Amino acid sequence: MTSLEHASPATETPMIVMEHVDKWYGEFKALTDINLAVRAGEKIVLCGPSGSGKSTLIRCINHLEIYQKGAIRVEGITLGSDPGTIDAVRREVGMVFQNFNLFPHLTVLENCTLAPMRSLRMSKAKAEATARRLLDRVKILEQAEKYPAQLSGGQQQRVAIARALCMGPKVMLFDEPTSALDPEMVKEVLDTMVALAEEGMTMICVTHEMGFARQVADRVIFMASGEIVEEAPPEVFFSNPSHERTKKFLGEILHRH
Amino acid sequence: MGLNEFIFLLVGLKWTVFLSAIGFACGGITGLGVALARTSGIPVLERVTAGYIALFQGTPLLMQLFVVYYGLALMGLRLDAWVAVAIGFTLHASAYLGEIWRGAIEAVPRGQTEAAKALSLKYVSRMKDVILPQALRISLPATIGFLVQLIKGTSLAAIVGFTELARAGSIVSNQIFEPLTVFGIVGALYFAMCWPLSLYGAHLESRFAAATR
Repeated sequence: MTSLEHASPATETPMIVMEHVDKWYGEFKALTDINLAVRAGEKIVLCGPSGSGKSTLIRCINHLEIYQKGAIRVEGITLGSDPGTIDAVRREVGMVFQNFNLFPHLTVLENCTLAPMRSLRMSKAKAEATARRLLDRVKILEQAEKYPAQLSGGQQQRVAIARALCMGPKVMLFDEPTSALDPEMVKEVLDTMVALAEEGMTMICVTHEMGFARQVADRVIFMASGEIVEEAPPEVFFSNPSHERTKKFLGEILHRH
Repeated sequence: MGLNEFIFLLVGLKWTVFLSAIGFACGGITGLGVALARTSGIPVLERVTAGYIALFQGTPLLMQLFVVYYGLALMGLRLDAWVAVAIGFTLHASAYLGEIWRGAIEAVPRGQTEAAKALSLKYVSRMKDVILPQALRISLPATIGFLVQLIKGTSLAAIVGFTELARAGSIVSNQIFEPLTVFGIVGALYFAMCWPLSLYGAHLESRFAAATR
């Protein structure tokens, strides 16, 4: 369970199921009746204006956010308030954050080996071998002994991807992984994500990188005000969006590029 | 001032060091518990420890030592002066260190906890491997500062008849009538304990800063 070799190609088995999920922050309703099924191997791109609930949605999947109504199942495990199911789901789901969130007091290598050693009880030697292999795959092995602050933003984000992969996840969640990066570093991170997609990883990406969406997404989902407004394959989504809000959003975002 | 008097001061110094060490070690362990309870997200624990901290920060150390020493005696629990004083310092230090470390734990960015959770690290590992090492660095100046305060605060133990450095000083001074010399030496001995500690703290800070820059 240490690498992508176990990720199965797209099949009809839903890996993630969200049913009628509602979430409130106090009085504010952040998510309304979210229904989503993601098959193994599928790549989903989530987009929408800021505050539309897209980050909140993916953060519900690994229980970084609690939701008030509905059900979420990952790999057949129903995410409940029972800590056992939360841990089980988190072992299957890797997450990459906008601000990298690397552990600043640990080296790149230690960042990658900590969770496999603690959560999967992997031996140090095995965890390091896995980490080095995955750091090599995101092309940053030569930085293994450095601390995060010594790396550029793009390098840090690639380390964050490798760190998540070290747990051997079946699904990867990306929460605006390139939004905090300088423009010249966006490509190296996107290239890493494309490579990961090509290897068959199941992915849900919150991103405004529409080039990436065209290239790898099986489905693009547009959210606004906490609801899923529209979902379609990228070719349909970009050329022939059906909702007014989608058209307006695409007009704004594509105009920028 | 003769050699005997000086040795008497050194014996007092020994007790000051001993008392500081106990207060810091026991207070540190208890204080860690207080800090963790204070940040646990469990309302009962948070309220109880908040009350504990308020009580010990809001009353003089001198009064706390009185209460432990005489109060426990009144309740029929006769303790050696040094045990009572050690308990008093532990309670005092745990409240202050608990509050210092609570602040430091909360100063570690939220994203660190989220990343640790997303990697399915459980509470113990999240704290031990991710949050506390970062919190320790953040808290270092305040922690060292408190330790220095604690060393100097041990002089209050004199009040319950415990002969540490300051009391040893006044005893010697009363015998030989050279208060300036005696208290000059006593002050120098305190300085010799506290100053290296401050230097060491500054050194650790710059080393941590170098490691993460």
